[in-house]
Amino acid sequence: MSTLGILLTLMLLAAFSYYIGRKRSLALATPAKRDGNDLHSLPSYYGYLVVVWAVIPALLVFALWSTLETPLLTSNMRSHLPAEYQDKSADELSLTTNRVLNLARDPAQLATADPIFKAAAEDYLQMQSMSQTIKTILVLALAIAGVFIGLRHVKPKTRARNQVERVVQFIMIGCASIAILTTVGIVFSVLIESYRFFGQVPATEFLFGTHWSPQTALRADQAGSSGSFGAVPLFVGTLLISAIALLIAVPLGLMSAIYLSEYAGPKLRAYAKPAMEILAGIPTVVYGFFAALTVAPFIRTLGEAMGLSVASESALAAGLVMGIMIIPFMSSLSDDVINAVPQSMRDGSYGMGATKSETIKQVILPAALPGIVGAFLLAASRAIGETMIVVMAAGLAANMTINPLEAVTTVTVQIVTLLTGDQEFDSAKTLAAFALGLSLFIVTLILNVVALHIVRKYREQYD
Amino acid sequence: MTEATIDMTTTAVLKANTATSGGREEFAHTISGTIGKPYLDGKDAKFFCRGVNVFYAGEKQAIFDVNMDIGRNEVISMIGPSGCGKSTFLRCLNRMNDTIAGCRVTGDIKLDGEDIHDKEQDPVLLRARVGMVFQKPNPFPKSIYDNVAYGPRLHGLASNRAELDDIVEQSLTKAGLFKEVKDRLQAPGTGLSGGQQQRLCIARTIAVSPEVILMDEPTSALDPIATATIEELIDELRASFTICIVTHSMQQAARISQRTAYFHMGYLVELNDTKTVFTNPQHQLTENYITGRFG
Amino acid sequence: MSTTTERVKATLGKRYAREKRFRFYGLASIALSILFLVILLADIIGKGYPAFTSTYIKLDVQLDAQTLGVSADSTPEQLRTANYNTVVQNSLNTLIPGVTERKEKKALKSLVSGDAQYELQRRVMDDPTLIGTNQSVWVLADDDIDTYYKGNIDRTLPEGDRRIKDFQLTWLDKLEADGRIESQFNTIFFTRGDSREPEEAGILSALIGSFYTLLVTLSLSFPIGVAAALYLEEFAPKNNFWVDLIEVNINNLAAVPSIVFGLLGLAVFIQLFGVPRSAPLVGGLVLTLMTLPTIIIAARAALRAVPPSIREGALGIGASKTQTVFQNVLPLAMPGILTGTIIGMAQALGETAPLLMIGMIAFIMDVPSSVTSPSTVLPVQIYLWSDSPERAFTERTSAAIMVLLAFLVSMNLLAVILRKRFERRW
Ligand SMILES: Nc1ncnc2c1ncn2[C@@H]1O[C@H](COP(=O)(O)OP(=O)(O)O)[C@@H](O)[C@H]1O
Ligand SMILES: [Mg+2]
Repeated sequence: MSTLGILLTLMLLAAFSYYIGRKRSLALATPAKRDGNDLHSLPSYYGYLVVVWAVIPALLVFALWSTLETPLLTSNMRSHLPAEYQDKSADELSLTTNRVLNLARDPAQLATADPIFKAAAEDYLQMQSMSQTIKTILVLALAIAGVFIGLRHVKPKTRARNQVERVVQFIMIGCASIAILTTVGIVFSVLIESYRFFGQVPATEFLFGTHWSPQTALRADQAGSSGSFGAVPLFVGTLLISAIALLIAVPLGLMSAIYLSEYAGPKLRAYAKPAMEILAGIPTVVYGFFAALTVAPFIRTLGEAMGLSVASESALAAGLVMGIMIIPFMSSLSDDVINAVPQSMRDGSYGMGATKSETIKQVILPAALPGIVGAFLLAASRAIGETMIVVMAAGLAANMTINPLEAVTTVTVQIVTLLTGDQEFDSAKTLAAFALGLSLFIVTLILNVVALHIVRKYREQYD
Repeated sequence: MTEATIDMTTTAVLKANTATSGGREEFAHTISGTIGKPYLDGKDAKFFCRGVNVFYAGEKQAIFDVNMDIGRNEVISMIGPSGCGKSTFLRCLNRMNDTIAGCRVTGDIKLDGEDIHDKEQDPVLLRARVGMVFQKPNPFPKSIYDNVAYGPRLHGLASNRAELDDIVEQSLTKAGLFKEVKDRLQAPGTGLSGGQQQRLCIARTIAVSPEVILMDEPTSALDPIATATIEELIDELRASFTICIVTHSMQQAARISQRTAYFHMGYLVELNDTKTVFTNPQHQLTENYITGRFG
Repeated sequence: MSTTTERVKATLGKRYAREKRFRFYGLASIALSILFLVILLADIIGKGYPAFTSTYIKLDVQLDAQTLGVSADSTPEQLRTANYNTVVQNSLNTLIPGVTERKEKKALKSLVSGDAQYELQRRVMDDPTLIGTNQSVWVLADDDIDTYYKGNIDRTLPEGDRRIKDFQLTWLDKLEADGRIESQFNTIFFTRGDSREPEEAGILSALIGSFYTLLVTLSLSFPIGVAAALYLEEFAPKNNFWVDLIEVNINNLAAVPSIVFGLLGLAVFIQLFGVPRSAPLVGGLVLTLMTLPTIIIAARAALRAVPPSIREGALGIGASKTQTVFQNVLPLAMPGILTGTIIGMAQALGETAPLLMIGMIAFIMDVPSSVTSPSTVLPVQIYLWSDSPERAFTERTSAAIMVLLAFLVSMNLLAVILRKRFERRW
C-alpha cells in the first residue's frame, strides 16, 4: 500500500474507533440515580481514548520506519555491491551509491544501465517494495490491535479525559520542541559536513586565505586535492554589499519610522504604512530581478556617463537594492522601539520648551538607542544572509576589493553556486558550501542572539 | 488598562452626580459662574483666563467656560475628583495640549497681559517661561548634570561651560538636591530614588528660570518623606516663582497653597483662599468633596 | 522682559530652521521609499504587460494525407508522429515564394514558432476528418517576431545590430498587409510549463509546483504551529529551562537566513532521510520549518489577546484546562491565528533561496502530478527565466512576477479582511 493509502486507512480507522469507543462507553454506563450516568468522563473522551490507542503507536512506527527505511536500504545495497567497488575510497563509493539510487528512481535509465549497477538497482527496488509491504502490514496490524486494546480500556471508572488530555499535552510538547530539533538539525548538518571539509582543507586556509577558486578543484589526475578555498574575499564582498545596504536602509528606515511615529498625521500614516508593508512583502527574487535587469545597467550607464568604469554586476547595484529591501524591516523595527519610549519622556521635553526635533534627537533617540542598536544588528544579519538579490545581481568572481563599482561575490552566492551546479557529493567543492553555511550561521546567530537580548532588555526597561 | 481607569472615573462621576444633583444638565444649572474670588486685581494677576473651553478629539468637551486669575508669586492648588479636568486645565497654561492630536482650546488666556494663543506667541518661548513638573518623575536617560543642563542648552541660556556649571549647581541647590548628588553629577538621572528624581525634574525646570511652574500631582508617586521634602521646597520656591499645583491630597493643598480651586466635571466650581475653601466651603459640591463624601 | 525671554527669542530662528530641516529629512525618507516601490512596480509592469499577448501568424495549410503520411483512419500514434513539419513549411513557402538562399530558407522556417506543427498535430488528432482539407490556422510566431511587433526591435537601427534582418522585414510587411498577423491573448503563458522557447513557455507547472509545496507546508505548519503556540501560551510552566530554550530557539529561527534552511533540507531531509530531491514534499518540509516561527509567534499573540475572563468563565463552570483552551480560547483566537498563517504562507510562496539548495531548479515542462514528482515553484521559475538573455523571456519573467505579486496581494488582502472582520474589542 502506498504511503498515502496507509495514512488514509489510518484516518478511517481513527473515525471508526472514535465511533465505537463512544458507543461502547454509553452501552457500559449504568444510569445513576438522577440525571447522567456513572461514567468518569464524557462519552466522547472514551472515543478519543480508543483513537489514541489505534493511531498513535501505528503512526510512531510508521514515522520511524519511513525515516530509517532509505538510509538502511541504501547501506544494505552498498554492502551487496561487488567487492571491487567496496574497496574504493569513501568518495567513490558514495558516488557509486548515488548512481545506483538514480537508476532505481528512473526506470528509463535502468533499462540501458551497466549490468552490475542494474543488478544493484533492481535489488534495491525489490528490497524497497518488500520493506513497504512489511511496513503496511505492521502499521495496520498495530492499529487494529490498538483498537482492541483501546476498547478494553473503555470502562466507567477509566479516567478517559485525564488520559486523553495527557496525550494531547505530549503532542503539543512535541510540536513545540520542533523548534529545538530544527536548530539541532541545522547545527548538525552544517557541522558534520564542515568537519569533513576541514579534514581536506585546513581551517586556517579557509579563514585567512585570500584566494578563492573552487571551480578549478578536482582535476582528473589529482582526485581529492582541491582548488583554493581562501574565503576572505567572500567575507569582504559580503561585508561590502551589506555595508552599502545598511548605509541606505538604516538612515532611511530610521527617519521614516521617526516621521511616521512622531510627525505624520493619521492620513499619511494610513497610506505610508501599507506602502512600507508592500515593500516588505515583495519576494527577494523580485528585488534580484530588479537589481540585475534595471538598477545594475542604470548604474553602469550613469557611471560611464561620468567617466567611471563600472562592472556590470557592481556591488553598488546589489547593495542599493538590498538596502531598499531592508528599509521597511528597519523602519518597522525602529517604529516599535520608538513607540516603546514612554510618553512621559516626550512630555518632559516639550514641557521644557524643546521643539519636536530637539525632543527626538536629544531625548527619544538616546532613550531608544539600545533598541535601535538591536534593530541595526537584526538588519545587518538580514543583509548578510540575503541570498537572491546577490545571486542575481552580484558576481561570481572572488575579487578582494572595497570599491563598490567593481563586482564582488558573497558567501551566499558561493553557497548557491557550489550546490546548484553538478554536484559530486563529498568533494571539497561541495563541502565548502557547508563550511560557508557554518560561518554564515555562526555570524547571524551571534547577531540575532545579541540583538534579541538587547531588544528584550530594552523593552523590560519601559514595561 | 487606560480604558479601565476611564471607566472607573465615569462611574465615580456618575455616582457623584446621583449623590448631588442628578445629570450633567441639571448640575451645570446649579453653577452660575464660579463661587468665591476667582478674580484678582489686574496688576496682581500673572495669568488671566476667561471663557476657557477644552475639547478633545471627537468634540468631547473636558473644560467648560473657566474664568480665573492666577496671582504673582502665589501657590494655587487645584483639587477635584479625578477626571474633572484639573490636568487638562493646567496643560492649557503652557499650551501642552497642543501636543495632543485633536485637542482644541478656546477662550482667552493671558500671561502678563499677552495672549498666549496669539500668532506672535511661540509655544517654545511660552514653555520656557511656564515650566512643568509631571506626576511621574520623568528624568531623561542622561546624566544628572545633562538633565539639568538640558533646558539651558536648548535655549542658549549659558554662553560658556562655567556659566552652565553655575546654572546647574544653583538649580540643584534650589531644588535641595545638590548636596545629595554633587559627587555624582555624571551618574544617570534614572538611578536616583523617586523623590530625588522628582526634585531633579524640578531642578531641570527651574534651570531655565521660568516665571511660572506648573505641577501636576508632583508627589502622588512618592512616599510621605519625599513628599514632605517636596512640599517644603515648593514653599521656598514661592519667593521666585508662581506655582500652580494640581493635587489629589486636600491636606497638601491646605498645607502649601494660598488659594485653592475646586473643579468638578470640567467646571471651576469654587475658587477662594485656601483657608476659606477648607473651613467654609460656599458650594455644596465643594463641601461634599472636602468632607469626603466622594472623591 | 526677562533675560530668559530675550535669550530664548534669539535662538528661535535657528531652532525652527533645524526643526524644518529634520522634518524634511523624515518626509523625504518616506517619499524616497515609496518612490522606490513605485519605480519597482512600474518597471516590472512596464516590462511584463506585453507578455500577456502573443503574435500569431495566419497560415493556409494543406493537410493532405500524402504529405502527412497518414490517412483518416490511422491510429492515434500514427497521427501523432505524422509529418506536420513539412505541411507548415509548404504553407510558408507558398506565402513567401522564391526563397532559395540557405540562410533565408532557415529564417523563413523560423518565422513561426516550433509550436506551429504541434498546433496542427493537436487539431488533427482532435478531428482526424481534417485530413485532406485546406485550413486557415493562426499559429504562434517566433519570439523574435513577437518582440518586433511589440516595438522592441528598432527597424531604423543598422541591419547588423538587430535580430531581424531587412529581408525578414519585407516578409513581415507583406504578411501584415495581407492581414495575416495578429496579436492575441497569451493563453499559453497560463496553460503550459517551462520551455526553451520563450513563446511556448508558461507558468502552469511552476504554479502547480507552488501549490503542492504550499499544500505540504500548510498541512504541516498549521497544526504544528498551533499546537506549539497553545503549549507555550497556555500550558507551559513558567521559568522552565526547556520552555525558555524553546522560546529562544523560535525567536532565533525567525531570523536565521533562509539559505541555511536549504542546507538543512539538503543534508537532513535529502541525504539522511532520502526524501526525493526536487519534489514539493522536501520543499514543503523546508518551508514548514521556516514558516513555523511566524505562525507560532502570530498564534501566541492571538491567544494572548483572548481576555482571561473567558478562561476564568469556563474554568469556573468546571471545565478542565484542556477543555477550556480547546473549546473556548482557541476558537476566539482562530481569526488571529489564520491571519498569521496566511502571512506565513505568503512568505513561503515568495521564498526562493532554500529551494535552490534542494534541487527545485530543474527544468520542468510537465505539470507535476503529486508531491513527490520533480517540480519547480513560481519564484524559482522567475529566477530561472531571469537568466535568459532573450527579450521575450525578460517579458515573461516580469509577467510571472506580476502573477506572483497578484497572489501575494490577494493573500495579504485576505489576511487584512479577516483581521478587520473579526477584530474584537474586549
Ligand atoms: N488625551 C485625551 N484624549 C481624550 N480625552 C482625554 C484626554 N486626556 C484627558 N481626557 C479626558 O478629559 C477629562 C479630564 O481629564 P484630566 O484633565 O486628565 O482629569 P484630572 O487630571 O482632573 O484627573 C477626562 O474625562 C478624561 O477622560
Ligand atoms: Mg490628572
